[in-house]
Amino acid sequence: MAAADDASRPFAGLSDVSISGDISVEGDISVPVGSSRRDDEYSTLDEPVKETILRDLRAVGNKFIHVLYPKRSSALLRDWDLWGPLLLCVTLALLLQGGAADSDDQGGPQFAEVFVIIWFGSIIITLNSKLLGGTISFFQSLCVLGYCIMPLTVAMAVCRIVLIGGSGTVSFAVRLVVVTASFGWSTFASTAFLGDSQPANRKALVVYPVFLFYFVIGWMILTFSPSQ
Amino acid sequence: MSAGSGIRNTNTDTWGSFDDNLIQGGGRGGGGGSAVIDMENMDDTSGSSFEDMGEMHQRMKEEEEVAAEAAATEDDNAEDGEFLGMKGLKGQLGRQVADEVWQAGKRQASRAFNLYANIDILRPYFDVEPVQVRSRLIESMIPVRMINFPQKIAGELYGPLMLVFTLVAILLHGMKTSGTVIREGTLMGTAIGTCFGYWLGVSSLIYFLAYLVNAQITMLQMLSLLGYGLFGHCAVLFITYNIHFHFLFYVLWLLVGGLSTLRMVAALLSRTVGQTPRLLLCGTLSLLHMLFLLYLHFAYHKIVEGLLISLEGPHLAPIQRVARDVPDLILNATGRTLGASMMVHLGSTGGPLRIH
Repeated sequence: MAAADDASRPFAGLSDVSISGDISVEGDISVPVGSSRRDDEYSTLDEPVKETILRDLRAVGNKFIHVLYPKRSSALLRDWDLWGPLLLCVTLALLLQGGAADSDDQGGPQFAEVFVIIWFGSIIITLNSKLLGGTISFFQSLCVLGYCIMPLTVAMAVCRIVLIGGSGTVSFAVRLVVVTASFGWSTFASTAFLGDSQPANRKALVVYPVFLFYFVIGWMILTFSPSQ
Repeated sequence: MSAGSGIRNTNTDTWGSFDDNLIQGGGRGGGGGSAVIDMENMDDTSGSSFEDMGEMHQRMKEEEEVAAEAAATEDDNAEDGEFLGMKGLKGQLGRQVADEVWQAGKRQASRAFNLYANIDILRPYFDVEPVQVRSRLIESMIPVRMINFPQKIAGELYGPLMLVFTLVAILLHGMKTSGTVIREGTLMGTAIGTCFGYWLGVSSLIYFLAYLVNAQITMLQMLSLLGYGLFGHCAVLFITYNIHFHFLFYVLWLLVGGLSTLRMVAALLSRTVGQTPRLLLCGTLSLLHMLFLLYLHFAYHKIVEGLLISLEGPHLAPIQRVARDVPDLILNATGRTLGASMMVHLGSTGGPLRIH
């Protein structure tokens, strides 16, 4: 009898599950989810342009905050965008271009150079991390590297302000400190985001080109001197 | 059989499998085989994001379509045995449509897919541990006196590539510490061109020579050997760009540059047979390697500095006005020094070369 009870109990449980009329309800649930999602997709068509732009800007600003407090959050990785990197890159290039915007032979190569260094440098680092067996996608890595230029862009702005005051030993010391700090910040932040996607034993190999990349940019910022 | 060949082809061209199926008429296993291969690729490329998944999905869909088309064709062929006239026509039509779909799919997915395919091809060369890289960097400065048995040369590209990039950064640093903020773009391009040109060019040259004299070395090993040989250059240049002291440079040039050159020469010697081939290979390599260090030091350091001094250094304004002439000046000046140092060096290295 006991054996028969034991044998029948699992069947009873199963029958409870299978008998209950939830199946049709499940079907009903799945339909509204699909339709509501479609509604959401359509609803962005009706909203004002201002709202759309503001939402995107808020997303970009949110990621800036993530870079400032690199706490291994995956928000930067999950929904990547290249607007922030483009913005930062253009800002940095414009700042580095110097006050010599009117003398065209100075401005042209400088702007293009910064632009090319940042994008090709990021691409090379990304390819390197892929080659070393990283599990991060191409654009995610570009996004992270681009956003992590932000401390250096801030340092560039600070350097411009300091350089207005004059270019002596004190100003150089201030710039050195600022650039070094922001360089360390950039490297640390990008490592915090990119580190998890790499095999643990190869982190150093991935970090080295990142270090070199930000070092070159930092060096460009430090040696920048406005022409007249 | 078709599935097997397809799997072997995964790294080079996934679509090859389908091609094989079509041509060989590999029958029932065809569609299944290609689907399996696609799944394998999905794992390989380790897509972890939406754009990857989207791309995979599209590729899978394309493949499914093609497979369905092919299957339909085959079914028709099998069923409509009696309509012998229709058979050929249908088969051709199906093949044409399948070809078209295949082409379209290939074009659509080609860019990103090529990237991933190439990465898979290159991945073995980047399969290193930090410890290995460190030990290889140290080994690049230690010549091994073992020329009877072929020395082991690791075929790896991570270290060399990173060293070349480091050298580019150091060159830029040298240019900037010497005070040339002008025409940065040109200098940057020159630095990258010089480093990669030297690495790839000299590797190819030595590989060609090694091929001529039948030395046991592959292009990959040559790239790795020469790339790690640049470690000495990086160290020397980094020190001497910061410490402007010519005696120090010559000492480091002979010591560090000499050590890294000796290491490469020893590795090459152990893989070459005969006196003349050894002399040719090692002479060329050591000459080029030592001259390159000399060139980098003086071309991007002293001459640029001398240029600044000659163009009244303290004021920045004249420099910027003369900026356009800098490339010409650098070219002329470097050409002259290179020629001069070449002659000097030929004279000085002539002795050791004859000894070999």
